[in-house]
Amino acid sequence: MIHIFFSSQRLYRTAFLDTRVIMSAEPLIALDHISLIYPGNISPAITDISFSVCEGDLVAILGPSGCGKTTVLRVIAGFERPTQGQVSISGKLVASPNAWVEAENRGVGMVFQDYALFPHLTVMQNVAFGLRHSTPHSQHEKVREVLTLVGLGGFESHYPNALSGGQQQRVALARALAPRPAVLLLDEPFSNLDPDMTERMREELLEILERTGSTSILVTHDHEEALDMADNVAVLNTGRLEQLGTPDEIYHTPTTEFVADFVGQADFVPGQISKGKVVTEVGIFENVRKIQEQTRVLVMIRPDDVRIRPCETASAQVLRRHFRGSENLYRVLLPSGQLLYSSESSTAVYPVGTTVEVHVETIHTVVFPQEQKCPHP
Amino acid sequence: MLSYDDLQALWLTLQLATVTVCVLLIVGTPIAWWLAHSRSKLQTIVEAVVALPLVLPPTVLGFYLLIAMSPQGIIGSPWLQFTDATLSFSFTALVIASTLYSLPFVVQPLQTSFEAVGSMPLETASMLRASPVDAFISVASPLALRGYITATVLGFAHTLGEFGVVLMVGGSIPGKTKVLSISIYDHVETLEYAQAHTLSGGLLLFSFITLLIVYTINRRLPIRVA
Repeated sequence: MIHIFFSSQRLYRTAFLDTRVIMSAEPLIALDHISLIYPGNISPAITDISFSVCEGDLVAILGPSGCGKTTVLRVIAGFERPTQGQVSISGKLVASPNAWVEAENRGVGMVFQDYALFPHLTVMQNVAFGLRHSTPHSQHEKVREVLTLVGLGGFESHYPNALSGGQQQRVALARALAPRPAVLLLDEPFSNLDPDMTERMREELLEILERTGSTSILVTHDHEEALDMADNVAVLNTGRLEQLGTPDEIYHTPTTEFVADFVGQADFVPGQISKGKVVTEVGIFENVRKIQEQTRVLVMIRPDDVRIRPCETASAQVLRRHFRGSENLYRVLLPSGQLLYSSESSTAVYPVGTTVEVHVETIHTVVFPQEQKCPHP
Repeated sequence: MLSYDDLQALWLTLQLATVTVCVLLIVGTPIAWWLAHSRSKLQTIVEAVVALPLVLPPTVLGFYLLIAMSPQGIIGSPWLQFTDATLSFSFTALVIASTLYSLPFVVQPLQTSFEAVGSMPLETASMLRASPVDAFISVASPLALRGYITATVLGFAHTLGEFGVVLMVGGSIPGKTKVLSISIYDHVETLEYAQAHTLSGGLLLFSFITLLIVYTINRRLPIRVA
């Protein structure tokens, strides 16, 4: 049984690669200065969004709700026409002021947030929906292939309402993959799953995407999901692209305070440039951005860069311990009144009120001029 | 038990209701679809026009239709030119009048069910390379099945029972435009209560059974969209 499972997966991958045109140099999807204003609205839903996705990559669009990330996905899918800018898929212009390709002709697959399975069709019929142009025999073959791929072989005759949330999601994924789309769009695919299920489905999804060589765009509000899964992350805020980079870049060297704060926990400690260094209450840092002398700045500090040690003569104090299972997150009050979070191991337990020494050990120093409004005082 | 005249009226009524429902479903589907999905400002106006027969006295609708379908009227005169026959007091006139009169009973349930289906299944279908027409036929209309059943039954039953409009537009020509409800009226007018009872009781029973069947089907239908 296991042997058959694996060999059919290998067959599937081979079939996939054979039909694919390998284009490594040019991006598979390119968004060029896309803006969109919904009819009747004054302010744009998205403004001047540009990024591209290379073949086989997974790009995550990350942002809080209402930041326009789903709009970006809908523009790529062909559900919304951008007011400005152009979109091309596989080198072909699909949306611009002069060109328009309908959604059904773009070769794009999508997994919707609530899966959107057709309730009147069986699993088999749902997955075969995108294959109706091929012969019944090859439809059957392909459906079996993808259902095996997502681990749902044997569920062909079930109706969607008889499946669990996780199973429905697998069907939605199989259905989207079956016609072999040039790009797969994933709209918050884990938001309707139980947390413990999410972790497992993430792993599985990554494995399936890799095995099928899929190029995908994932929309999410969960920074952990984005950092964990994506090759590149595009962080959106109020319809604008704040930063585009690898998960490491986004986390360690955010270019804006919004990104610093949204992607993981961050504190902003005030400081000043003095003698070519950034001087703060918690230590002295490199002036990496070569900011002018005497400028007041904010230094981004992540909890995992902050070490605390109990010390009776110290003046910082533990205000609260958040036990997260794998870590203890401490809220520490500095003598100046500044709050700082520190991540310690799960066994390092210090009661509230403990006076502690604070050490900050950063590899990447991220400094913002203080004139910018700080979102997380 | 039923006289030849009554049987003729019954047959004519069933024919009229069947044809009218078919026309209504064909005409009502695009209107309901547009009302459910359009963001146009015209929507409210169209909605009000469709609902007019609900509040308008049937004689008012019948009166205007009679004038429009007369040999000099805006529908009747071109009709006479093309077909060489007068439109008023014909079966076709009855179908046109019934279609307008029963329009809200078909459009409203369809519109409600199309709204319940929403645009998500259509977008999903388009991601699976289905054209809009294909998506409508293979996804939206099966999902709107309840709406179609309700619309069909309401349209049929409402056409069975109409009186004022058919009397104005069709007159009361036995075998041609004299429908069941007019027969009942004639029987009562001539004090033939026994015949009136038979026809009325029959219609009452028929209406009740149809509604019973519709509600049963609706309750047991496996597809629940909303």
